Amino acid sequence: MAQFTLPKNSQLREGKSWPAPAGAKTLTEFRVYRWNPDDGANPRIDTYQVDRDDCGPMVLDALLWIKNKVDSTLVFRRSCREGICGSCAMNIEGQNSLACTMGIDACKEHAAGKKSAAVRIYPLPHMPVLKDLVPDLTNFFAQHAAIEPWLQTETPAPEAEWKQTPEDRARLDGLYECILCACCTTSCPSYWWNGDRFLGPAALLQAYRWLIDSRDENTGERLDGLHDPFRLYRCHTIMNCANTCPKNLNPAKAIAEIKKMMIAREV
Amino acid sequence: MAPTARPTVAQPLSPHLQIYRWTWTMAMSVFHRITGTALYGGSALVAIWLVALASGPGAYAWVAWFFGSWIGILVLFAYTWVLMHHMLGGLRHFVWDFGVGLERGERLWLSRGTLIGSVALTVVIWALALTLR
Repeated sequence: MAQFTLPKNSQLREGKSWPAPAGAKTLTEFRVYRWNPDDGANPRIDTYQVDRDDCGPMVLDALLWIKNKVDSTLVFRRSCREGICGSCAMNIEGQNSLACTMGIDACKEHAAGKKSAAVRIYPLPHMPVLKDLVPDLTNFFAQHAAIEPWLQTETPAPEAEWKQTPEDRARLDGLYECILCACCTTSCPSYWWNGDRFLGPAALLQAYRWLIDSRDENTGERLDGLHDPFRLYRCHTIMNCANTCPKNLNPAKAIAEIKKMMIAREV
Repeated sequence: MAPTARPTVAQPLSPHLQIYRWTWTMAMSVFHRITGTALYGGSALVAIWLVALASGPGAYAWVAWFFGSWIGILVLFAYTWVLMHHMLGGLRHFVWDFGVGLERGERLWLSRGTLIGSVALTVVIWALALTLR
């Protein structure tokens, strides 16, 4: 049975409220999840006042501004700052996204359809937290490895590359762009309750990417590996994955296509 | 990949249902579960009615009186909506099982349609039932 509430050690407390910088005219409030493994205390929500005239437009800019100018102890992952590395995935205003491609004003506006005063930032949902906004993604990457995301062939390798028609190549569009940021997987209630056995949307989208690759010759075994009440069929088309994907991909559709392939090979 | 460094104390679980912004598809999935469970109660109502019907005029009169009382009508009205919502939800899943209706606007309106359609069907059924009685 799923546990809908947070365990005792995970319940949130009100944290520190940092003062606004002197002389700042345009302020936006940020309420950020903090947890430090060294002090043994419960997670807390710290409040920061970000000087928008001194800060770039994206949520990642604000986090960096806080780290550089207010509180250097704030911990988060980031790298490319252009939506291709997937490091800065986090829960921003109730939806998973990349901090680097989510505008501060944009996320404030589409929160519940109205403008919210503060920008609320949490780590990716229902994950073990290592520190502040950094979740432990060990299980997530292990599940990606479990679908064997590489080309598998029986026929002897050609002298040059494995060839593919432009049409067959086009079937990988909308799949190959996945950056494994884990926004979709950690948005899925089914994954929240059964993440130990359900592979989750990201791994399943990757699985489909190899299932329909015209060069791959291991389709049957790949489907065998997914034919399981949990690994594949815990998807109940809740579709938070497709709603939240920062690359606008559709894992729900990929999963539906895998389910169709399962039936097609049995009739 | 190097093993992740273990913290000295138990890692907390990041907040999930508490903070996630509701989406239409998510809400209608939850409704589908709830109505599906509530239908057990609805089936019990049908069973009670059938048993009373088979037990004779005395028992039937009592059940007919209860179903005709304002609280009985309220329960039957709720049961009608639950049944309609779960039926439309089932049809929605049936459509999705064909791999269609999964794009952003489509899935939003299929989900909204489930709620709007179930309320509309319930009202139509009761309007017909009350006028034709």
